This record gives sequence, C-alpha cells and structure tokens, in this order.
Amino acid sequence: MMHISATVNGTHRMGEVEPRLLLVHWLRENLGLVGTPIGCDTSNCGACTVLLDGQSVKSCNMLAVQADGSNITTIQGLGPEGEMGTIQKAFKECHGLQCGYCTPGMVTAAADLLAENPDPTEEEIREGLHGNLCRCTGYHNIVKSVQLAAAEMRGAK
Amino acid sequence: MTDTIEEAPASIGQPKRRKEDARLLMGETEWTDNIQLPGTLHMAFLRSSIAHAKILRIDTSAAKLAEGVVHVYTGEDFPGQPGSTCVWPVTADIVMTHYPAICTDEVRYGGDVVAVVLATERYLAADALDLIDVDYEPLPAVVDMEEALKEGSPLVHESAGTNRCYTHNMPCGDYEAAKAKADVVVSRRFINQRLIPSPMETRAVVAAPQGMADEITLWTSTQIPHVLRVLLALLTGIPENQIRVVAPDVGGGFGGKLQISREEVLALILAKRLGRPVKWSETRSENMVAMHHGRDQIQDIEIAATKDGKLLGMKVDLLADMGAYLQIITPGTPLLGMFMYSGIYKMEALDFTCTGVYTNKTTTDAYRGAGRPESTFAIERIMDELAAELGMEPMELRKLNWVKHEEFPFTNVAGLTYDTGNYEAATERALELFGYDELRAEQAARRAAGDPVQLGIGISTFTEMCGLAPSRTLGALNYVAGGWEHCTLRVLPTGKVELVTGTAPHGQGHATVWSQIAADVIGVPFEDIEVIYGDTGRAPYGMDTYGSRSLAVGGQAIKVAGERLVEKARIIAAHQLEVSPEDIEFNKGVYSVKGDPEKSNTIQGIAFAAFTAHNLPPGVEPTLHGEATVDPIDFSYPHGTHLAAMEVDTETGKVTLRKYVAVDDCGIQINPMIVEGQVHGGLAQGIAQAMYEGALYDNDGNLLTASMGEYLLPSSADLPSFITDRTVTPSTTHPLGTKGIGEAGAIASTPAIINGVVDAIRHLGVNDVLMPASPQNVWRAIQAAQNGGAA
Repeated sequence: MMHISATVNGTHRMGEVEPRLLLVHWLRENLGLVGTPIGCDTSNCGACTVLLDGQSVKSCNMLAVQADGSNITTIQGLGPEGEMGTIQKAFKECHGLQCGYCTPGMVTAAADLLAENPDPTEEEIREGLHGNLCRCTGYHNIVKSVQLAAAEMRGAK
Repeated sequence: MTDTIEEAPASIGQPKRRKEDARLLMGETEWTDNIQLPGTLHMAFLRSSIAHAKILRIDTSAAKLAEGVVHVYTGEDFPGQPGSTCVWPVTADIVMTHYPAICTDEVRYGGDVVAVVLATERYLAADALDLIDVDYEPLPAVVDMEEALKEGSPLVHESAGTNRCYTHNMPCGDYEAAKAKADVVVSRRFINQRLIPSPMETRAVVAAPQGMADEITLWTSTQIPHVLRVLLALLTGIPENQIRVVAPDVGGGFGGKLQISREEVLALILAKRLGRPVKWSETRSENMVAMHHGRDQIQDIEIAATKDGKLLGMKVDLLADMGAYLQIITPGTPLLGMFMYSGIYKMEALDFTCTGVYTNKTTTDAYRGAGRPESTFAIERIMDELAAELGMEPMELRKLNWVKHEEFPFTNVAGLTYDTGNYEAATERALELFGYDELRAEQAARRAAGDPVQLGIGISTFTEMCGLAPSRTLGALNYVAGGWEHCTLRVLPTGKVELVTGTAPHGQGHATVWSQIAADVIGVPFEDIEVIYGDTGRAPYGMDTYGSRSLAVGGQAIKVAGERLVEKARIIAAHQLEVSPEDIEFNKGVYSVKGDPEKSNTIQGIAFAAFTAHNLPPGVEPTLHGEATVDPIDFSYPHGTHLAAMEVDTETGKVTLRKYVAVDDCGIQINPMIVEGQVHGGLAQGIAQAMYEGALYDNDGNLLTASMGEYLLPSSADLPSFITDRTVTPSTTHPLGTKGIGEAGAIASTPAIINGVVDAIRHLGVNDVLMPASPQNVWRAIQAAQNGGAA
C-alpha cells in the first residue's frame, strides 16, 4: 500500500492505496465522489474526465498514486457549491445532455477547452471534444452548449 | 371560497428546460455502480475466449483459495437454471433453445459464461478469474448465416439438429401476379451489418436482501424494470412479490438494456442464497461481447414496377442472425419491420419471408429502431435503384408512388392503417432547407468536370410505427405480454403532485415531458409535479420504455388519469359549492360555478378537502388521485423526409457528410426541444451505421471489434451539425395527437447516407456500397465496378 494525498474539489484528502488502484476508483470508491463515472476500459470515451492541476485527464487512464500531490477537480467541484457553473448552465439551456452519463466528462473537457481557447469555432469545439464520446445527443447540442458557455464567459470578463 | 390564480400558459408545446438536468450536471447521480452496500460481494464472470467448444474440465481450486475470494461457482452449481428467456416464439415450429445461466458442457460464443467469482473487492474478483483453469475441446464455429444453413454445417445447438431457428412467411397480395405485370424488376442484396448498441453506461447490477420480510431489491441498469421483475420471478422461482426491481439513473439503453440477462439472474439468486449484497459492474470490453448486439440481416429485395414507375409489388427475403441463443425478443426483432417494407408507398403485393439463423456469435436483439431501420433501408435503397433503372429522378419516383395527403387514413399492403400523414409538406420543407436544385446543379457540374471528389444526394422519405402496442395485436403475433401503460396521479394534501408512470426513462426526459402533460390536464404548476418511475416498489404497474412507446402509450395514460382526477375533484367541488357537478366549470386548476365565477375552489384546495374528508359527498372516497391503465387503439406513424449531401473522394474512397436535413412529422410536440434532441441522437446512430460502425468477426467467431478502440463510435469530430425542422400532422390514434420520435432519426438516416454515397459514384458503375461506407468499402466498390467484377 502507498500513501497518497491530494486536494480534491478544494478539500485535502489522503489515503493508503494499492499501487494499481486507478484514480477513478480512488475518487469513486474511496472518496465517494461518484459523480465521475466510468464508461470504458480503453481510455476512448472520456466519461471519467477530471481536471488535474487544471488539465483535463481521463481518470481511468492513470493510477491514483500518480495523482499524489496534485489538485483535482471533478464534476462535483466544478461549479460553486450546490450550484451549476456557467458551462453546466449552458448545457441545461441548450439541451446538451440526455442520459447524462458522458456529461461529467464532457463538461469537464469543455472547461479545459475554454480555458485554453475562450472563443472556439465550431470545428475547434468538435476537435477539442473528440476524446469524449456521447451516444445520445449526436453532439449537435453539446457544440451549442459550449458555444453559449464561451459567449457567457467572455461576456462576464 | 374564492382564490385568484394567475393564468398559467399552456405547458404542452413549450421547450421547457429539463427537470433532470441540474442533478446530472452536478454529478449528483444514482448510477447503479454508485451503490455501495456494507458486506457486498463483487461478482466477476469468466467468459469463454473461444466461440464454440466443449468444456472438458473446469478447475476452480486455485481461485477458491485466492485472496478475498468467497465463492466460485460453475454451471454444476445451477443445474438447469436458465439465464435468459425468449418471450416471442414467432412461429409454431420455432427451434427454441436453452440459455444457461452458466454453461456446463459447451460454450457457444466468445463471451459465454463458464464460471462466476464472488470476492470482497472488485479487483480481487477480477484477479481470481485468471486462476480458473478450463480445458476446452474446440468445435468448428458457425459464423456465416448462409454457410450455417447448408447441409452438413456444424451446429450451434447439436440437439436442435439444425441452425435454422424459424422461417416466417407473410404473403400480402399476390406478388407473382404483380410481378407478371411489371415492365421492370430490380433485385438487390443489402447487408444490414451487425451493430453494438454501446450505451455510455455499461450494465451494472446490485442485488441485496433489503426491505420488507423476504424482499430482495435488484438495482439494475435496465430499460424494463417491470417486465424484468416478472421474468426474474418466472426464471428463478423466487416469488414475484419478494422481488423489487429498481432502475435508478440509467445511462442510455438504445435497446441494449431491453433484456433479461444471466448477470441479473445470477445476482438475484446469489444474493438470496448468500443473504448479502452482490454487485456486478460490467467493463466496456465485456459489454462489447456480452450485451446483445443489433441488426445483422442479409436482405434480398426485389421490386416490380411499370415502365412509368408505378410500383406493383415487392419481395423481401431475409436472413436474420440470432446469434448463439434466443433472448427476450431475438426472433421477433426482424419481424418488427415486416409490416413496413412498403414504406410510404402504394403497391399491390408484398411477399415477406424471414429466416432466423443460429450462429456462434453474441445474441442479437433490439437496437434503436428494431426492425424498422432494416425495412426502411430496404425500401428506400431499392427505390433509388429502381429510379436509376428507370432513368427517373429518385424524388419524382417517390412522389409518384407515395400515399397522398388526401388519401389518409390509408391501409398499406401489409394491412396497417396509417392514420395521418403529409409526405408532401415534409418533403417540400426538406427540399427548401436543403437547396436541392442547387446541389443537383453542383453535382452535374462536378461530374462534367471529372472532379475527383464527387457529390451525391441521398433521399429517405420514410414512415415508421410507434406505440407498442395494442395488446390484441401483440397476442396475434405470439408475443406473450401486452402493450398497455399505466399512470397514477395524486394531488397530495399540500397541493404537490406525484405522477407515477410505468415508463422507464434512460435519457429521454420523461420527468419533464410527463410534467408538462399533467400540468395542462389537471391545471397545476409544472414545477409542483414530481415524476416517479423505474421502481416496482413505488411504481408497481408498467410496461417500460422501448420502441418509441413511452409518450405514444404512456402519454395516453397520463391524460386519462388526469381527466379522472379532475372529474373526482369536480364532484367534491360541486358538493362544497352546493351546486350540481354539471354546473361546475374547470379551467386551469380552478373549479368555479357557471355564471358565478366568484364561487370557486382550486384543485389544491379540493385535494386538502379530500384529505381531511370532513365534507365529502356521499359515496366519494377520501384522497384525490386518478389512475389509468391504457391499451392503445392502434399504432402511430411518424414520418419525414431526410436529405443528405455526400462527398466521395473517388481516388481514396473517403466519404464526407457535407449537409444533412431532417424534416420529421411526429404530430403534436409536447416539448420541441426534447423532440429535436431525440432527432439529433437518432441521426447520429443511423449515420454511424452507414458510415462508421460494424461488428466484425473472423472465421473462427472471434469478435474483432471487441473494444471501443476497434469499434468506431463517432465522436464530435466525425459528425456535422444537423438542419432539422418539423411539420405537424396530428395523429388521430392518440388523444394528444402525438406520435413518437425516439427512433425516427436512426430509422431514416441510414438509407439517406448510403443513397447519397451511391448517387455520388453511380456514374462509375456502382450500385451499392457495403456499410459502413468506410474508405476501404467505398474504394473497393469503385474498383469492383471499374473492373467489372470483384476487387
């Protein structure tokens, strides 16, 4: 077992973990942060995307021990406490989700995308989110959601 | 008593933002895999790595001693226990076969279950699988349907003596007579390839002794909690009244979760046997082989017409791959399209035959559209081929043959009565949005210039059937259940409302849409309604969600339940206002005396009076609720016109979807925003069948596309934005005038894409392209045509 500690959604968390434990299982099963789901086992789908020191990562594709000392934000820490943030509100407004299973990863990946590129074109959004699969929406309204969120965030500055 | 109520706008028809979303967006979700109960045993399955083999010996001794392992079971521990069942024996002589919970003597597809490990931790259960030693004696695998039907083929089920599961023939009219009159007969073989449903949430099950007395609760990622409860009781012998099935948040289904699975059966049995919680969370790679697949048909289609293009008849000869076993509606799935092969067109005869075939592959079953995508593909593809043969413009050929607006209601060649439709209006709108004439001009210019990138236009003018189903119809088709739906509406003493539905949503937005319907029918605020579903303990009656039935059938139950509630409250209101019920008007939640509107009460006020029961009229029981269980009188028939502009690089075979227009007619839209979302998602799946997806097996029956790395689900970068619109032709079979929209996009789009691809390269001699229209498949089709033979 190895000791790890990390700041998760603004709170200091620590624990003893097996070296092989995936980060997503640490978040879900040890810390109870079940808002981050698992969609595949080949790092294709992106449902488990979280922010690690501000960068989006697929939490099924790294070990918990690799996240030692990092600052992690999951979907449950993305908005203000108990509220939706700008991107989440835009997804609701534009019907950018149906079953909601890809949504935590999609919203988190969008947050990373907009941090890097506050005014993306449709093509840049489509390319930027291509590591996150959705089976319900056909992506049409996800693109619109990200466009709306980008406009709102630029307007807020 | 007087109340002033602000006039609320009608809720039906508004693009209400979804009630479901805030929770889903903040990660406050209840996926089955989230459930962590004390003392849980984690279940892992050892699956066959080969498609067909005798099991000679299974040694579980090392696994039993492994860290954390509590039990290891093989088929010997569950003699005769079925792991699934088929509720639709489509013909009297169908060859039914046993689907074991765990295989004992033989495995029949790669992924079949040979042992189960229960361990204290998920990782330890997976570790122990590696310690189980199985000796197999490989048997020849049956992979190809036509080979499977040949004399001397190896058999998937030796005891059956054949790989032919059934042959179902439905002759409508006299096809041979129609053909004899024809000037032109066009035949084609179309392949509707095998697809993997791939909801983003894989399957997961938790079973735990919990609740009253001997009750066991089974949480499962399913589309069918109610049907599942009945089937679990029948298959396990555990009394139905001791089983509670809960479908918590369900992350998509697309038919893949319309099933009773061996994993659910074993979880239930083991939780009962061991008296502690049992949990299974499927991995994605496991899901690719173990959840049922969809489609997989060879379609031999023949159409006969006059030289002027008037359709006379159609012959449909299908081979449908069942896979290794029959599950819930495996044999019936290809037949769900059998009445729809004539599409929107008039013809004299349809001769339909389908043969179901066993192979050593994953079982097939419902996948979005289930039967109708296949029938729509066949008719819409063959219409383009016929147009080419006749030298007619393909849209003109369609217009010549479709049912005209003034001809409804129209009984099609297979005996279905299309209640309403307006194919002219939908087509006119689609042509306008598409810029049809301009694109045809561009196509001609590119062709004349010999542009290596050619342009094609794909058309799909389709209809489909929603609203499974009038129970008598299902009975006539040998289906062993009904097709009704239930709703209970309760106005609670505080005025808040509970709407209990038998539908089981997994992304469709029922909480929002059902609230909109109830808000208008009983006149309460949309926000005050809580929708309860997916739990046989809280919503005991229902037939669940599949086949675009939820609004088409469940919506009727909401309306009727609401009307009954309103009538009960009217009697109470009349009593308390001291007039007769006929003298009471009901408008937007307020009961008032005709001619004296100051004398009134609200539905909430009456709910409280019904709760206190201090002053009820004689014979009226306390509480204010309305219930309805509604059997639909008929199906509904959404339709539409879809157009695709396809670019094909004739040198590389690369296909690009440049523009897609979908004009759908689903009748009255309760929530246009959700309708549009359903269209988008359906389009993505139908386009994916045409362009990207396909489950491939090698000759030994190994699934080659066994992970998301190999099975190409389209990403945002693989699809364009869509241009969508609706025409509104209300259904007359549904009291709200709605039809259904969950599958339309998936049904219509596949032939539109392939018609467009073929149209782009028809001048090169191509008249079909295998799906998916990958660069390889398209390049090969071009080479084959250019070389006058196979590439």
